[in-house]
Amino acid sequence: MTQARAPKRPRKNSAKGSAQADGLPQGLTSQDLVEYYSKMVMVRTMDERIWMLNRQGKVPISASAQGHEAAQLGSLLAARKDGDCFLFPYYRDLGIKMAAGLTPTEVMKSFMGKAGEPYSNARQFPLQGADLKHNIIQISNVVAAGLTQAVGYALGCRMMGEKTVVLVFFGDGASSQGETHEAMNFAGVHKVPVVFVCENNGYAISVPQSSQMAIADVASRAEGYGFPGVVVDGMDLVSVYEATREAIIHARAEGPVLLEMKVERFMPHTTDDDDRRYRPAEEVENLRQRDPVITMTAYMIEQGFLTQEQVEEIDAEAKRAINEATDAADAAALPDPSTLLDNLFVD
Amino acid sequence: MAVQTVIEAVREAMREEMRRDDKVFVMGEDVGKRGGVFLSTQGFIEEFGESRVINTPLAEASIMGIALGAAFRGLRPIPEVQFSDFLWPSVNQLVGEAARVCYGTDGNLPVPMVVRIPYGGGIRGGLFHSQNVEALFFHTPGLKVVAPATPYDAKGLLKSAIRDNNPVIFLEHKKTYRMVRGEVPEAEYLLPIGIADVKRAGSTLTLVSYGLMLHYCLEAAEVVSAEGIDVEVVDLRSLRPLDKATILESVKKTGKLMVVHEDNLTGGVGAEVAAVAADEAFEYLDGPVTRLCGPDIPTMPFAQTLEDAYLPNTEKIAEALRKLAAY
Repeated sequence: MTQARAPKRPRKNSAKGSAQADGLPQGLTSQDLVEYYSKMVMVRTMDERIWMLNRQGKVPISASAQGHEAAQLGSLLAARKDGDCFLFPYYRDLGIKMAAGLTPTEVMKSFMGKAGEPYSNARQFPLQGADLKHNIIQISNVVAAGLTQAVGYALGCRMMGEKTVVLVFFGDGASSQGETHEAMNFAGVHKVPVVFVCENNGYAISVPQSSQMAIADVASRAEGYGFPGVVVDGMDLVSVYEATREAIIHARAEGPVLLEMKVERFMPHTTDDDDRRYRPAEEVENLRQRDPVITMTAYMIEQGFLTQEQVEEIDAEAKRAINEATDAADAAALPDPSTLLDNLFVD
Repeated sequence: MAVQTVIEAVREAMREEMRRDDKVFVMGEDVGKRGGVFLSTQGFIEEFGESRVINTPLAEASIMGIALGAAFRGLRPIPEVQFSDFLWPSVNQLVGEAARVCYGTDGNLPVPMVVRIPYGGGIRGGLFHSQNVEALFFHTPGLKVVAPATPYDAKGLLKSAIRDNNPVIFLEHKKTYRMVRGEVPEAEYLLPIGIADVKRAGSTLTLVSYGLMLHYCLEAAEVVSAEGIDVEVVDLRSLRPLDKATILESVKKTGKLMVVHEDNLTGGVGAEVAAVAADEAFEYLDGPVTRLCGPDIPTMPFAQTLEDAYLPNTEKIAEALRKLAAY
């Protein structure tokens, strides 16, 4: 494991000593990349549609993942390839939650608060609660509350004699919480198999990183807990895959890793935020030059994994699927008020 | 039947459940070799090992958050707060998170966790070793709250709490730990959460209490019985769910209700008990519902005179009973 370092530029051949004949990192195939590229396009299309539906009054709230997609999908890919990971995402992780296996209609029903949506049956904000079928829990909006829970889950897995590694995701904002320290400290002491994944987009709503911390990299804090901290370019899916894969292997064998993925937030904090109050318009315009969807499209064509025609087909399929999901969710039933008191307890 | 103290009953309940089910484990500050500051886990690390008797850093929020996460995986954690006064940093994980998990996943994610909290005063603990914290949890849907007063109840209710698939706040009054002795059966038994117990039958008036104060209530009932006042003493045992049926049955029989607790008066358990009586037994009441509680200051002070002035005791309760009986 390397210690905290500056993010590198996106790499075409990012594997160090583990590259395969096709130049991809260990365990990765071009089919994987096509699959996850398609997921990325689907997530972006969903994200944009949700924002539009919010403006139409059909979706009460959304925290956009735009700019975070490569980070979310690259780490999900590593977790899925590993095959024994459990995930504690946070509220901005549309990419993880959707690509983990939900249909576009399930996702859209969740955003519209319709009966039967998979996370909480519309008791909670969209995609919040638990999707146990896909090994995901996210209980609340209190930032960093999931970190100690994730450590406990990983501890529990170890007590059951399992080899599961838990990945817990959080933003730079959550890194300031006391519970982040407590979670990392305990995990370090007990060498709990957990990967702390910080999606650092440089803003806690309106507060820039310089007002949140006096350091350049959240990952540098790992040293204080006795485990490795790693910085990766979160705008590049292949780099994220590789870094997450290494982190999972380390966590299972030796204990925690803090993986900081440098990302950008293209949209306001949520649909209720107006970032023009605190962020120059040209800042986002410039950042969009590094849009992970555009970057990966170019990479896929350049590497010969997809043709221009196939890219357009993937795009068209995403639009078709999201249109269909929008219609289906729009027509779906709302929860029956008679269910208000249900499931306060289990037997 | 063996005679045990409350702390022995608590310890035996945990030991039996840990022997019965590998998924049960304890965690908290000093629970290892020290055996807990009140010795509730004495001998556990020797019997169950470090993996099931986890000494934690001094960080209450993570004790609760980590226990909660382990419960998500299907374990049955028993996290301990060393003193109730120290639990406040962990309130988000208990009230904010644990209480909302079942409802917030529409019943898909059980939380089989018991939070043990030594609480209460009368031990010269001052503002930060005496606190009554029950009102907060009493107000929180999604939690069960248990506050036993005797060794028999403590053991039977703690075993039930450990087997419950929902988060249980288990409040142990620390003055009762060694002060209160009682018979505890050798054979295994469980007591249901949410069922009050009539500790003394009577006909003149109903006296509702829990925890340490229950014992003073029983003493006061004996004192006034010589004066012809026949008090029925109801031990709530569980605060949430509140056993309304037992309270109402008693009130409908006696027509008078008094509630005693050590916790502050305003917004406490007594206020809810009074409201239940007003709502559902109005036509049976033959006097004002009264409360004898800690005054509204930040718990009992350190000085002996001030601590005594804060706490209800046998004499104060007896006096209040006479007044209500005469109404």
